[in-house]
Amino acid sequence: MSRSSVAGMIELEGLTKRYGEKVAVNNLSFTVRPGIVTGFLGPNGAGKSTTMRMILGLDHPTAGDVRIDGKHYEQLKDPLTYIGALLEAKAWHGGRTAYNHLLCLAQSNGIPSGRVRDVLETVGLTAVAKKKTKGFSMGMGQRLGIAAALLGDPRILMFDEPVNGLDPEGIHWIRTLMKSLAAQGRTVFVSSHLMSEMALTAEHLVVIGQGRLLADTSMADFIARNSRSYVRVRSPQRERLLDVLHQAGIVTVESGDGVLEVDGGKAERIGELAAQHRITLHELSPQQASLEEAFMQLTAESVEYHAHSETSPASPEPARQQWGDGWKRG
Amino acid sequence: MAVTQVVRSEWTKIRSVASTVWTLSLVVVVTVALGMLISALSKNEFDSMNAQDRADFDPTFISFAGMSLGQLAMIVFGVLVVSNEYSTGMIRTSLAAVPQRGAFLFSKIAVASGLALLVGLVTSFAAFFLGQAMLGSHRAEIGDPGVLRAVLGGGLYMALIAMFSMGVAAMLRSPMLSLGILMPFFFLISNILGNVDATKKVGRFLPDQAGSKIMQVVTPIDDDTPYGPWGGLGIMGLWVLAALVGGYVLLKKRDA
Repeated sequence: MSRSSVAGMIELEGLTKRYGEKVAVNNLSFTVRPGIVTGFLGPNGAGKSTTMRMILGLDHPTAGDVRIDGKHYEQLKDPLTYIGALLEAKAWHGGRTAYNHLLCLAQSNGIPSGRVRDVLETVGLTAVAKKKTKGFSMGMGQRLGIAAALLGDPRILMFDEPVNGLDPEGIHWIRTLMKSLAAQGRTVFVSSHLMSEMALTAEHLVVIGQGRLLADTSMADFIARNSRSYVRVRSPQRERLLDVLHQAGIVTVESGDGVLEVDGGKAERIGELAAQHRITLHELSPQQASLEEAFMQLTAESVEYHAHSETSPASPEPARQQWGDGWKRG
Repeated sequence: MAVTQVVRSEWTKIRSVASTVWTLSLVVVVTVALGMLISALSKNEFDSMNAQDRADFDPTFISFAGMSLGQLAMIVFGVLVVSNEYSTGMIRTSLAAVPQRGAFLFSKIAVASGLALLVGLVTSFAAFFLGQAMLGSHRAEIGDPGVLRAVLGGGLYMALIAMFSMGVAAMLRSPMLSLGILMPFFFLISNILGNVDATKKVGRFLPDQAGSKIMQVVTPIDDDTPYGPWGGLGIMGLWVLAALVGGYVLLKKRDA
């Protein structure tokens, strides 16, 4: 791995966490870069939170290494000025006021106390700054967690499932905030179990399943590679169309109700062929399988891989079932 | 990571939660009020005592009688200071801000112990003077031999009880588990072990029994305790050291 001097890098190398027999994070290696939102995607229980806790030095890796700008977390002087993190909700004492919660964090990292007021303003909690946090709603709690992450004006921001439990307005606010932080040149690393959420915010995608790296790619590449695109065609002259397409070497699949599906992005070519042969078309629409489907397909493949690699003759079918269940519940 | 930053941060933490105020207020009120009550009762009983009991009569120690109950509030203070980090989830925020776990734990313990010592000294002096006022003609004076040592020692004892509780809470993490072990131990078990002949020789090496020797001014005639006031406090100090080292080792090793 390159020990690049660019500020704002998170580098994981062979990162592994075992709890007894169970492998929570399995040999993860990837790099999170500045200037973009990197989505960290995986079903619930895939090891996303464990990975983030290891990045922050909270959990000790069983094997491997994780570095922030080339340093281990505990080597960072005033770490909140390098990396700010929103971990799971309510990681604070409910009897303390929002202001005092942020103040004690600021003091521990030598951050001026004026900054506390600034971040409270940024997240819109100024009015409740002197209120005890135990009365806070889920959304206010997320905002307080984000205020704590922003406190040290860090180059790297890490959010674990930031939209969980938020109302639509709060979700919109967090999406906008993450994009603007990335646009300022910061590193934004955000986890989610929702592909649809990632598609809206992330430019780069790291996908894990059962603690294993499944994909480390740009969002555009991920979509192109993992989602099946095809063209839906309907015609009253179906038999003639089939002949024409067959002669042109285009493979078609009949999908009932007289609809033909043609794999690949060939809508223009099909339209031209139909026009040449004066065939009437009732529908000619390019389709894309949803990202959600692509993601499930990817994680399902990882399950199949696991099922085959195991020595026990476990059938892949129940495993796939479990995955779908966990996914739907999330 | 400058330690002064962490100490300031821990001071903000400790002064910004209600449990600090109510536990430490209880320490003062319970210790002083109970000490005054027992002092007043002892004064009335003095006339009906036999010669040996009169010779063993220790007005200074009697005025500290409230500590047996007041120390329980000090234990609650020590336990909550540490275990609140775990029960609220704050520990992950705290360790992300201060990843040097030794600096984190010992700054917290230093701030809380300083506060406990201050409150302990206030309690000790108040309990002494108000207790002596209740004892009337049987009172001791602060200038009498050994009395100032006993009163200062009372404050140190309170601080050490709090520190021991912090070490235990750092090991156990759960406030309920820590209190569930420490409260009955100091209120009941230690007293039983110290008063039953079969276990007396072991019981007097327990932290509270050894440490409270510092508050005695008059040594009972049949006393065969193998340590003096400072020796006793030293034994208590060793218990505190063991608890703190245990707490630090576990914090260092564990995932947060």
